[in-house]
Amino acid sequence: MTPTDPTTATADTVLEVADLTVQFPTDDGLVQAVRGVNYELRRGEVLGIVGESGSGKSVTSLAVMGLLPGSAQLSGSVRFRGNELLESTDKELSRVRGQGISMVFQDPMTSLNPVYTIGDQIAEAIMAHHDIRKDAARRQAVELLDLVHIPHPEQRAKSYPHELSGGMRQRVVIAIAMANRPDIIIADEPTTALDVTVQAQILESLRTAQKETGAAMILITHDLGVIAGQADRVLVMYAGKVVESGSADDVFYRPRMPYTLGLLGSLPRLDVKTDRLTPIAGSPPSVVNMPPGCPFSPRCPLAEEICDTEEPPLEAGSDPDHLGACHFAYRVEGHDPTELFSTAASDATPLPAGTNDGEVR
Amino acid sequence: MPDNPKSDIDPSPPQVPETKASGAGETLAGPARTEREFTVAQRSQAQLVLRRFLQHRLAVASLIVLTAIVLLAFVGGALWKYDVGQFTPDESQAPSWEHPFGTDQTGRDMFAQVLRGTQISIGIAVLVALFATIVGTIWGAVAGFYRGWLDTAMMRIADLVLTLPLLAVAAVLGHNVGGTWWLIAVVIAGLYWAYVSRVARGVVLSLREKEFIEASKALGASDARIIFKHLVPNALGSVIVNATILVAIAILLETALSYLGFGVVPPDTSLGLLVSQAKTAVSTRPWLFYFPGLFIILIALTINFIGDGLRDAFDPQQTKVRA
Amino acid sequence: MLAYALRRLLISVPILIASTFVVFILSSLAKNPLNALKAKNPPPSPRVLQLEAERLRLDHPLMERYWLWLTGLFRGDFGPSVQSTMNIGDEVVSRFAVTFRLIFLAMLIALILAVVVGVVSAVKQYSGLDYTFTFTGFLFLAMPSFWFAILLKEAGISFNNAVGETVLYTIGDSSVYVTGGLWAEVADTLGHMILPTISLALLSFAAWSRFQRASMLEVLNSDYVRLARAKGLRRGKVMRKHALRTALIPLTTVTALDLGAIISGAIVTEDVFQWRGAGSFLLDAIRGSDVYVIMAWLLVSATFIILFNLIADLLYGVLDPRIRYA
Repeated sequence: MTPTDPTTATADTVLEVADLTVQFPTDDGLVQAVRGVNYELRRGEVLGIVGESGSGKSVTSLAVMGLLPGSAQLSGSVRFRGNELLESTDKELSRVRGQGISMVFQDPMTSLNPVYTIGDQIAEAIMAHHDIRKDAARRQAVELLDLVHIPHPEQRAKSYPHELSGGMRQRVVIAIAMANRPDIIIADEPTTALDVTVQAQILESLRTAQKETGAAMILITHDLGVIAGQADRVLVMYAGKVVESGSADDVFYRPRMPYTLGLLGSLPRLDVKTDRLTPIAGSPPSVVNMPPGCPFSPRCPLAEEICDTEEPPLEAGSDPDHLGACHFAYRVEGHDPTELFSTAASDATPLPAGTNDGEVR
Repeated sequence: MPDNPKSDIDPSPPQVPETKASGAGETLAGPARTEREFTVAQRSQAQLVLRRFLQHRLAVASLIVLTAIVLLAFVGGALWKYDVGQFTPDESQAPSWEHPFGTDQTGRDMFAQVLRGTQISIGIAVLVALFATIVGTIWGAVAGFYRGWLDTAMMRIADLVLTLPLLAVAAVLGHNVGGTWWLIAVVIAGLYWAYVSRVARGVVLSLREKEFIEASKALGASDARIIFKHLVPNALGSVIVNATILVAIAILLETALSYLGFGVVPPDTSLGLLVSQAKTAVSTRPWLFYFPGLFIILIALTINFIGDGLRDAFDPQQTKVRA
Repeated sequence: MLAYALRRLLISVPILIASTFVVFILSSLAKNPLNALKAKNPPPSPRVLQLEAERLRLDHPLMERYWLWLTGLFRGDFGPSVQSTMNIGDEVVSRFAVTFRLIFLAMLIALILAVVVGVVSAVKQYSGLDYTFTFTGFLFLAMPSFWFAILLKEAGISFNNAVGETVLYTIGDSSVYVTGGLWAEVADTLGHMILPTISLALLSFAAWSRFQRASMLEVLNSDYVRLARAKGLRRGKVMRKHALRTALIPLTTVTALDLGAIISGAIVTEDVFQWRGAGSFLLDAIRGSDVYVIMAWLLVSATFIILFNLIADLLYGVLDPRIRYA
C-alpha cells in the first residue's frame, strides 16, 4: 500500500507526488537523484522533508516546480489540484509557478537580481499573474514587505538587494513567495545560509506567510531542529527515497528506521542528560550505480544479510499513517539513539541485536 | 539471535566493510560489495588533471596535431632535401611532389621556408611565454604576497606597461633590435609580463585569504614555506594555462610584427614575413600566401584548444549535478 | 561621480607622462634620423647636416629634449618632424580622424555580433549552433589579422570583377576625386570602409562572443534567474529582463580593455588596405626614426585608451547598482 493510492487522496489534497524518479546523465554514469518518491500534501498543512545533502530532497521539489535542468530525466506523476504537472507545457507551468506553488531558495544572497530594486522584483511577481498597473503592484509590494516585518517598507522597496542583510533578503524572497497567495510554499533550506540568530525570525516570517495565505508548506531541511515545532508531518529521505514518514510526533518520538534514530541522536538536546552526541558513522552511498539492498546498510548497526540483498519497502506498522523502510522496524521502535549508535566514548550500552563497539573519531 | 557479522563497523568511510563469508553474502563479495559507500580511489592532483585533460577530445587531438607540426618543423626541416635559402631552377612552381608547397619567383622551395618560419615563430613564442611567465609570475606573486607599498609600486609599473599600445611599442623596439629572433622574443616578453603579473597577483591575493594559508601562518610557517608549499602548487594551474594561451598570442604578435617589417627580417624568415612577401601574389601564386597562413592558424588554434583543455582540467567547474 | 571622474583623470596624468617618457627614451635610442639625409647623393654639406640636427633638437641632451617636448605640448607644439614641411599637430588630427572612423564602426559591429552570437550560444548550450559558433570563434581568435585582411581584399577584388564595377574599394580610405556631391562622397567613403571594417570587427568579435557566452551562461545558472522562473515569469521575459540585462554589464569592461588590441589591429588593417590613417603615420615614423611623430601618435592613442576606460568604468557604475563611485 502506498500513501498516494488514489483511494486515499481526498479533496483536501493539493499536491500528490507518486513514484517520482529523477535521473541525471553524467560522465560517471546515470545519477539516480530521486528513486520513487510518494507523498501527498493537504490543504494548509506543513510537511517537513529531512535528509542529508544528496538525499534528493531538493531535487524532488525542483521537479515539482518544473525547474530542473533540461538534462534531467523524470518519470512518475506530480499532480497539483488534480492537474498533472509533469505533462504540462511551460506556459501552463508558468501559471502554476508563483500563483499555485511558490518557492523560497536556500541562499538569499544570490536569489535576488542585483540590478533591480526589491520593490520592483516583488511587483514583478504580482504582475506576472495579475493584470494590474505597476504603481498598484508596487503598493502591494510595500504591504508585503511590511507583512514580513521589514522596517520602513516604503523606503526599503527602493533598495537594491546588496543594501540588505542576508536575513532581510530572505524575507524579501518570502514576500515574493506569498505575493500571489499560492496554495503551496516550498521552502528549500530557507535558514541554512543564515546566521543562527536570524534563523528563528525567518521561520517566524515563513509561518506568517503561510498563515496569511492559507497555503500548505513544504519545509525542506537537513536540520531536525528546524522541523521540530513547525511541521505537522515529516518525511525522512535517504539516497533518493523516503525511508520514513508520519506525523511529527511519531517520527520524533517513535522512529521506525535506524537512520531517523541516528539523525535524532546527532541532535544536541537539553532535556536529556547525555555526555556526547551520537554521530552516524560513514557517509551516504554514491547515487551512481546504486547496489541492491538497503542503501543505509553499510552504516547501520542493525544490518543483517537481508539488508544487503533486498531493499525494504516503505511499510506501516501498527499505525497505518506511520511508515518506515526497514526490515527490522519493530526492533528500532522504542530505542534511544545512544543504544544503537556508539557515542564517542566506547562504553555504549550493548543492544540486543548485535552491537557496536567500534570507535568513532 | 545470530551473531551480527558487522559488529565492528569501522567509522572511517573509505574503508571497505568486510565481506561476509556465508550465504547470499558470497555472491556479493568482491567489487559489488565495495560500491556500497563512496569508494572512489584517491587520485593525486596530477592524475586528476591528466584524466580530465584526456576527456577533452579536442584538446587531445590538438596536442597530437601540434606535436606533429613541431616535429615536422624541427626534425623534418633538417631532413628535407632543400635548404631554406637554396635557389632551385624551378621558379614559381605550383605545389607538386618535388615541392609540396610550391616555389617562389626566385625558385626557393616553399616547404623548406615554411618549416624554417615555423621553427622561428614557435621558438620566439615559446621564449616569450617562458620569459613573460617567469618574470610576470614572480612580479605578481611578490606584489600580491607582501601587499602594502611594495604592491602599489610594483603594480603601478605594470600598469605603465599596460597603457602602452602593444604593437606600436613592439614595432619601435623591434625596429631598434634589427631582426635578431631571440631579441624580438625579449621585446615581446618585455611587454607581456605585465599581463601575467596581473593574473598572478589576483591568484595569490585570493589564495592568501584561504584558510589553509592562514592555518600554516598560525602554525608559524616561514614565508618561503608558505610560498613554495602552498602558493606555488595552487597557483600552478592558472600559470600553466596562461602560459599556454600566451604562446598563441605571441605567435600572432610576432607574425604581425614580421609582417609589418619590424620583426624577423631576411635572410632569416618567419611565418609572418612569408605572408608579407606573398601579399601581392595571392591571385597569381596563392600557395605562397596560403601555406604560411594556414600554419599560423593551425598553431594558434591547436594551442588555444590545448589551453582550453588545460583550463577545464585544472579548474573543474564541471556541471556535476547536486542532488 | 563627477568627483570620481576628475580624480581618475588626475591620476592618469602621471601615468601618461611616465609612459611618454619611456617611449621617448626607447624611440630616441633608434637609428640616427639624419642617416637618410647623409645617404643622399651628392652628400649634403656639414652645414646642412648641422642645421638639420639643430632643427631636430639633436644638439640638446636626451633629458632636455624630453623636457622641451613636454613643455612644448602646452603651447600646442608637438615638436619637429624629420619631414620639415609637416606640422605634426595638424597631421595627427587628420590621420586619427580616419582611423577612429574605422575603429568605432568596427567596434559597434563586433559588439552587436558578439552579443547576439554569445547569447544564442549560451541559451542553446551544447547544440549544433553552439558548437559551430564556438569553433568559428576559436578560428577567428587564431587567425592573424593581416592574413585575414589580405584574404578579404582578394575576395573584394573577385567580387568587383564578378559584378563588373568597383563596389568594394580595396585601396585607400577614400577616392582622391569624387564627383556628384555629398551623397557620392558618403557612398565612396562607405565603399572604402566596408572591407577594412569587417576585417577589424571579426577579430574582436571572436573574443567578445566567447566572453558574452560565458557571462550569459553564468547568469542563466544563477539563483535569481531560477527565482524569476519560480515567480511564474515566462522564459522569454526572464531571458530579456533578468538574464540578458545582467549578462551585458561585464562586456563594457572587456570592450574598454581590448581597445589597445583594436588600435593594434587597425594599424595592420590600414597597412593592408593602404589607408592614410594613424597606422601608416606611425609605421612611416618608426621607419624614418621620426621621434616626435611617434610621440604624438602615442600621446593621442594613450589618452584615448585612458578616456575610454574611464567612460567604461562610469558606465559600469550606471548599469550595476552595486558599484557606487564616491
